[in-house]
Amino acid sequence: MGLDIRIPLGVMFTILGLLLTGFGFFSDPVIYQRSLGIDINLWWGLALLLFGALMLCLGWRAAGGRTH
Amino acid sequence: MHPREIDWVIMGVYFVFVLGVGYALRRQVKTSTDYFLSGRSIPAWVAGLAFLSANLGAQEVIGMAASGAKYGMATSHFYWVGAVPAMVFLGVFMMPFYYGSQARSVPEYLKLRFDEKTRGLNAISFATMTVFSSGISMYAMGLLLNLLLGWDFDTSVWLSAAVVLIYILLGGLTSAIYNEVLQFFLIVFGFAPLVFLGLKDLGGWQGLSARLTHVATAQGFAPQAWSSTWSQMGDPTSNPMGVEWFGVAMGLGFVLSFGYWCTDFLVVQRAMAAHSMSAARRTPLIAAVPKMLFPFLVIVPGMIAIASTQHTGASGFVLPHKPDGTLNYDLSIPMMLSHYFPHGMLGLGLTALLASFMSGMAGNVTAFNTVWTYDIYQAYINRGASDHHYLNMGRVATVFGIGLSVAAAYVANHFNNIMDMLQLLFAFVNAPLFATFLLGMFWKRATGHGAFAGLLCGTAAAALHHGLTLPRGSVAGIKGGWLALLHAYPSEMAQNFWTAIWAFTVCLVVTIAVSLITRPRAENDLVGLVYSLTPRLRETDRAWYARPAVLGAGVLAATLLLNLIFW
Repeated sequence: MGLDIRIPLGVMFTILGLLLTGFGFFSDPVIYQRSLGIDINLWWGLALLLFGALMLCLGWRAAGGRTH
Repeated sequence: MHPREIDWVIMGVYFVFVLGVGYALRRQVKTSTDYFLSGRSIPAWVAGLAFLSANLGAQEVIGMAASGAKYGMATSHFYWVGAVPAMVFLGVFMMPFYYGSQARSVPEYLKLRFDEKTRGLNAISFATMTVFSSGISMYAMGLLLNLLLGWDFDTSVWLSAAVVLIYILLGGLTSAIYNEVLQFFLIVFGFAPLVFLGLKDLGGWQGLSARLTHVATAQGFAPQAWSSTWSQMGDPTSNPMGVEWFGVAMGLGFVLSFGYWCTDFLVVQRAMAAHSMSAARRTPLIAAVPKMLFPFLVIVPGMIAIASTQHTGASGFVLPHKPDGTLNYDLSIPMMLSHYFPHGMLGLGLTALLASFMSGMAGNVTAFNTVWTYDIYQAYINRGASDHHYLNMGRVATVFGIGLSVAAAYVANHFNNIMDMLQLLFAFVNAPLFATFLLGMFWKRATGHGAFAGLLCGTAAAALHHGLTLPRGSVAGIKGGWLALLHAYPSEMAQNFWTAIWAFTVCLVVTIAVSLITRPRAENDLVGLVYSLTPRLRETDRAWYARPAVLGAGVLAATLLLNLIFW
């Protein structure tokens, strides 16, 4: 396989995670009334970041293993 | 609530990646096998998630949430009875023949096992069906995007068609599979917080169940009718689906489920693209694990929506009504997205919906272009051309298939009944299919004439059964009873299940009868195609726990446990 799907998956979720976390950090708390007072952007953004990083790690490790 | 800048940016990121994946893969497509079967090079977990996602179009997501609201927890029969067992059967018993015979499509397997006419019948009906299904789902998407994003119907249809067209043209099946993996994770990450917020709003699972007892008693059912799966299935009148356990187990769990998951090329193609026999067999087994958990992601939101409408939580979510005054169940997930999600998460939720629409469409298109090229064009129109010619034909078929789907979406928009009739017709054609494959793979005596006659008679039996029965309270016509009225079923679902049971039985009996009076094929020709004539596979390259039979048994045990917990 030329392209390991974990790389685009990792990059995409890292970007989405950064966007949500950043927006959650700076946005007006008023908008979180609808999500029951939880800053869901911040917390779920962190979850996406974590998933993105995990995918990137797995993808890079596999790529490293192949070249050696 | 319409999207704002941040939401558009999130949707934009998704579009960039979808097209980027297609662009990155463009150089890998050199032969027709690369284009139609990903060069048989996909790892099992990727093929498995794609196998699941290809079926997880938005109609499935929206429809399952709607059923969750209408019927409650019993909707999970469509997963725990109507999907997982068939997926295990495909992986453990059927994949060795699909993958081992080197057939490039499901119709081609029929050609190898039976004869040309059986393949032709299956290929032509399948190709027509996929194009129309993709059109119908495009139509549903057009309506929904209009509501959620404020786009008009034309923009939605043409834009999504263009995106799918570009990435499939560039990277073929690999592109579609990779995007299905992106979509799988988007759906999980987009909908999981929705379930969390909805449950929290109603006071957790207990708060939900307490409200569901009101939903049930208000409609004259036992209090647990909405929160149990089997306990009310003794009698069709005691559950909102209007079905009884035998219809569920035989009609849904056996005939319909095995007929779809084990013979539909849309899903089987993903497993055929796997890099080895062992990976191909593990594909549906890996897919079965998230599949058995999906009710919590797509059915529970519908249950939350109806429970909250009956007796609202702190945030006051209620389902909207249709113009005729009934509740609009189809809007369960879309309305909950815009009720619970702030800007930002709203973008992610909408992206998940868009992703499921597009990969549902892409699944249909990749199955169509393969069957068209290998089973219709190469078989009947232009036999001995070069591989390069068929690769180009596949690209033309992609454009052509998407064009036809767009046309079908417009037809659906203007003449809704035509689409209803077509879907009914496809249901008749599909109903008997599993009997043909079952006999083909496990009875060496079954002949081509038998299979062909069985399929025709099974389809006729389905039509006849539909023409003679009617769901209680319906008017004769598209709902059935257009010949005469012999029997009334308690619900449309019960009628569907029994149509399938009849079609299967007739196909089985006719195939056996005709096979016995026609000449069988030489046993040498059937090696690798029939169970009793194929050497058993020895899976020794993997640890014992990763072997298909062990994985399959584990998946079935877990599913049984879920059935018991939510009995």
